[in-house]
Parts: sequence; structure tokens; C-alpha cells
Amino acid sequence: MAKKAPEMEEYKYGFRDEHKAVFQTGKGLTPEIVTEISRIKNEPEWMLEYRLKALKQFEKMPLPNWGGDLSELDFNDIQYYVRPSEKQGKTWEEVPAEIKETFDKLGIPEAEQKFLAGVSAQYESEVVYHNMQEDLEKQGVIFMDTDTALREHPEILREYFGTIIPPADNKFAALNSAVWSGGSFIYVPKGVKCEVPLQAYFRINSENMGQFERTLIIADEDSFVHYVEGCTAPIYSTNSLHSAVVEIIVKKNARVRYTTIQNWAPNIYNLVTKRAVAEENANMEWVDGNIGSKLTMKYPAVILKGRGAKGSVLSIAVAGKNQHQDAGAKMIHLAPDTTSTIVSKSISKHGGKVSYRGLASFGRQAEGAKSNIKCDTLILDNESTSDTIPYNEIMNDNVTLEHEATVSKVSEDQLFYLMSRGLTEAEATQMIVMGFIEPFTKELPMEYAVEMNRLIKFEMEGSIG
Amino acid sequence: MSTKFVIEELKAAIEGKEILKGINLEIKGGEIHAIMGPNGTGKSTLASALMGHPKYEVTDGSVTLDGEDLLEMAVDERARAGLFLAMQYPSEIAGVTNSDFLRSAMNARRGEGNEISLIKFIRQMESKMKELEMNPEFAHRYLNEGFSGGEKKRNEILQMMVLDPKIVVLDEIDSGLDIDALRIVAEGVNSMRSEERGFLVITHYQRLLNYIKPDFVHVMMQGRIVKSGGPELAERLEKDGYDWIKEELGIVDETVGQEQEA
Repeated sequence: MAKKAPEMEEYKYGFRDEHKAVFQTGKGLTPEIVTEISRIKNEPEWMLEYRLKALKQFEKMPLPNWGGDLSELDFNDIQYYVRPSEKQGKTWEEVPAEIKETFDKLGIPEAEQKFLAGVSAQYESEVVYHNMQEDLEKQGVIFMDTDTALREHPEILREYFGTIIPPADNKFAALNSAVWSGGSFIYVPKGVKCEVPLQAYFRINSENMGQFERTLIIADEDSFVHYVEGCTAPIYSTNSLHSAVVEIIVKKNARVRYTTIQNWAPNIYNLVTKRAVAEENANMEWVDGNIGSKLTMKYPAVILKGRGAKGSVLSIAVAGKNQHQDAGAKMIHLAPDTTSTIVSKSISKHGGKVSYRGLASFGRQAEGAKSNIKCDTLILDNESTSDTIPYNEIMNDNVTLEHEATVSKVSEDQLFYLMSRGLTEAEATQMIVMGFIEPFTKELPMEYAVEMNRLIKFEMEGSIG
Repeated sequence: MSTKFVIEELKAAIEGKEILKGINLEIKGGEIHAIMGPNGTGKSTLASALMGHPKYEVTDGSVTLDGEDLLEMAVDERARAGLFLAMQYPSEIAGVTNSDFLRSAMNARRGEGNEISLIKFIRQMESKMKELEMNPEFAHRYLNEGFSGGEKKRNEILQMMVLDPKIVVLDEIDSGLDIDALRIVAEGVNSMRSEERGFLVITHYQRLLNYIKPDFVHVMMQGRIVKSGGPELAERLEKDGYDWIKEELGIVDETVGQEQEA
């Protein structure tokens, strides 16, 4: 069957708007630039101080000496703040036409947007549009960009901001803390269950511009929320940095699911810190898909702090030519009867490299805790590689830890079988790959599953010689 | 034009070792041919080589389907040309549902622009599954994953039924089937008999041929067809075994490339 040429498909996401930023800082990072960012945003004094302290921390911390190759990353060649327009659109009509065009090009129909619970779309460094469904408002749910939240709910921000991931956690968390912009803030009151996922689309759209969004989610006792972020980034010729921080607090009996699909351009460093704290009987679920980028280092973590807390990470990583996905998960069991599950699916092709790096930690109090880890890798050709690097820390004798890892190639017999029913080699390979990641895609909301399948199909086009 | 499938002097090797040593066979639409023979005589190699399994290298001979050179075609092209192989050991594909797979296969066979509508597909699949007494739940199970031997065989027949091939090769479709499953599978095959379609039934038990009545029976030994006849040949084999043929032909060891053959 004839297919569109892969180059064409790749280019679908390679467009760029003639988008003029209203304000942008020059390249590089100094206390002056950090002060300027804070000033433009009219931030309270404590946030400026927080940023400046984080900057000092950033400067004194070394780059990690593990994971991926960061030697080509030049912090002085990055623009740390770009503001796309004077103000945020309050309604869809107020969103600048050019930005709407971008959404159209991304194939997000307006009707679908209206259907969504609240679309908070980060465009460049700041959220330009979000609209919250009235139902959510009535329930007392707060869903807005983090900059606005800082103005409208300073007391909540001050209480929780940086408590899960302090600037000193790692160099990139420090960087984000100094220059963060945008991201989502969600507060779900006690007992409130959000039936529809809250969603944000965002993309980087300014060459050499870092994207440092900061997301904070607080799910109060007995509540539930599913937050979804998806991303398709344009293709650029020079390196670009994305370094987000996501902090989540899941209180007693609450449940949070955080779904990400990231399809970064092949020149982007995607260095993200994501961590949640789960209190008594709380349930935190990370669903994390990483496609593209030059290097991704991302290890969603759950600190299982209260008795009976549950954590899970379900992830896929796809690495192609010149790409390294160093991804994994961390589960920190600090309380009795806590359970965690990690399912990691990795695909490497065209010389790409995938590493699973994971930590399962059981503290002294973690009596009766259980962790189940399953890492599956599918390697599509002989040039591609994979690694599995699990770390275990066990301080309590009464815990259960199961770790299972498989590495497989698309088997000759499977291909033969599918092809003997008329599927081409490309279609057969694609079917096997889609089947491999099915445990992931089936957890996605419908429209994301469709997008995910489309992305994987693009990725697989031309994978066969 | 009625279907015509011609195998001439087919030779094939695995890892440099010749297994098929010159097979000649002609199957016309409407005919059922059975190939019988003890284990290790090259029967399954013939099936795999016809379909184009990459492990088998065809070293000589020709295979044509309605005048088209099959050996020039890739596996999927052979399938789209109308060849179907019901496998002895079908692969399992995790994460791909049976129905998604079936629909993709059907659409591949029908060609671009001629895809079957979802509703029509579901109706067709469900009615065929009913004929094969398959639990409807199997439509949503992953392809062959966790299927019992008998379920896999039924699933092969289901694929045959919806793909509507011109030439069907059944490779030991009876192995691992209990008597009820055997009857159901055979009924499925019989329902597909037509003037347009030819069958090649590979088996080493005569019992399958009680259900699927062959027009021609061939005995394979040492990588060749050593004896051909009508249905009476199968009956004689059932009664007397293979030794009389070996004696008649002066064959001591009927197998070929034994260490490679399952």
C-alpha cells in the first residue's frame, strides 16, 4: 500500500510561525536577567529571592556525571524568557489568530477544545489561553497557569512551591527554579472528583529558547484528578533546552494521574524533574511517553509517605538516530504496606539508545511494602542499543521486590506470520511495535491514544530498509 | 480463468542443507491434494518454502499461481496474489487484537481503495467465528496469545475464511486437535471448497482425510513425492502404515536433513 513519504510526515510538525514575541530576554543567564523576569511578571518579593537563591545554587552545582551526554549543552546560548503576547486570552475569541493557526496546524479541532475540561495551552514561555469548564469552577477546582496562580493564590503557592523538589535537588531543578515560567497549577478540594481530564498542549516555538515550565498539583483528601499534557515540537537546527519541574501532592485517599506525551524535535535536551508525594492510601500514577529529543533524562518519582500509598509509572521511550532516552522511575517506600508498579517499554531504532534507569527504595518503616518492576525493550535493528540500570535500596527485611526485564527484537517468525497474511514488512513491523506499546496506549484518553498511534506510525515509517 | 498452481522441480535448502529435492505438483481450482508422510520428510519445509519463509532458500525450480511467478514475490505479495498458509505453529503477537489484525489482513488482500467497512467486517468476522464455534471474546484477545493449540488452529481457519485465498496450504492443521475441534476445522475447510480454490493438505494422520476428502494423495519421503494416488492410497496408509512403500521403493531412512526438521 502506498504511504506518504516519511519526510513529508516529519515536516508536518516542522512548521514555524512568524510569531513575534512581545518581550524576550537576551541569551544567557545572569542575576539581572532573573530579576528582570520576576519584575516583568510583577512577582512578590519572596519569589524573586527564591529565584536568585536558586540561581546561585544552579551555578555551584555540577552537571550530572551519569545519564546522557550533556557536553554540548551551552547554558549561555539559551534564551531564558519569551513572552508571546500582552495578555492571556480569557475566551477563545481573544486568543491571537496566529496562535490559533498553530493549533490548527497541530490538528486540534476547536470543537474538541471546547469539549475539553479546561485547555491550558502553553505557547512559548507562558500560558496564553486557558478556559476552565464551569463545572470545575463550581466544584472549587483551581486550574490555571502557575504565573497567574502566583498572583491569585499566593498563599497556596508559598506553602507548597518547591517543597517536593527543592532547587538543590539537581542542577536542572535549580535552573528551573531560577527562570521558571508558565506551567499549570491545579488545586482539587477535598472529596472532589474531576471526571474529565484537565489538559494542556504546549510547544516550544522560538529558536534557542529554553522552556522552563513549572507545574504544581495539589489533590486534597479523597479527591481525583487526571492531568494530561501533550506536545509536538517543531524542528530546529540548533540545540534547545526543555527543563520542567513538576511537583504533585496527593493527600490522604486521593488519586492523581499525570499523563504526558512528548514528541520533541531531535535537537532538544529534555531534562525534567517530576516527583509526587503520596500520603496515606493515596494513589499516584505517572503515564509518561517520550518520543524524540536529542537527550531525555526523566525519572518520574513517587515518595510513598503514608501507609498503604500506591505509586505507578507506566512509560514508553522511543529513540531514533542520534537520540538517547535515559528514562525510568523512582519509587521511594517510606511507609508500611506501600505498593509500587513500574512498567517501562522502550524502543530503539536507527542507532538510537534507550536506557532504563530506576530506583526502588525501601526505608526502615516500609514494612510489608511491595514493588513490581517490568522493563521491556524492543530493538529494531543491529545499530540500536539498550541498557537497564536498576538501583535497589532495601532497609527493611519484610518487603517484596520483583524485577523483570526483557530485551527482544522483532522476530523473523512474527514478521513472516503477519506478512503471510498480506501485510507489507513495514506494516507488519509497525503492527508488532504498536502491540508492544499497547499496554501504554490503552491507558491514554481516546484522543491522545489516536495521536500517540499516529506519532508512532510516523516514527516507524522508513524504519525498514 | 480457473485457478492453477504449479510446482516444478522445487528444491529448497535450510542453512545450506538441501531438504526439498525436486517437488512436482499441480493443483487446479476445485481440487484437494493431500501430502502425507512420516515426520521429517520435508512436508512442512514445502509449506514454508511455498510461502517464502526467509529461513528456507529455494535453490531451483519454479512455482506459479495462475501463470505468475511466486518465487519472485515477497511473502506479502504471495499472500496478496492469493496464497494462504495455515501454519502449524502460528506466531503470537502481543498487544494486537485478533480483530484488528484480521481487518488489516483483509484490507491488505483487498487492496487500497477497496477496504471493507467496519460494520461489514464485524458482521463477516462474527458469522465466521460462529461457524467455527469460536467464543466471540476471541475477537478481542491478542493475536494467538494464550490460545490453546486447538484455538490457534481455528484462528488460522478463520483467517483463511475471511481472506478468501485461491490456494490454501494447510500445514498439519490437525495436530493437537481433539475430535470435535477436528470436525469443526474440517467443516470450515469444506465450506470453503469451490471451483475457484485449490487445497494442499499436509498431514501425517489419515484421520483428517476422513473429514476433508482429498481428490489426490501424495506421499513424501526424503524430500520428494514418492507415490501419488487417489483417496484409496490414504486408506491403505491408514491400514498398513508407510513401511510397504519404503519396501517397494527400497527406502531405508525416509527422513531428510533430520536434525533440522522438527
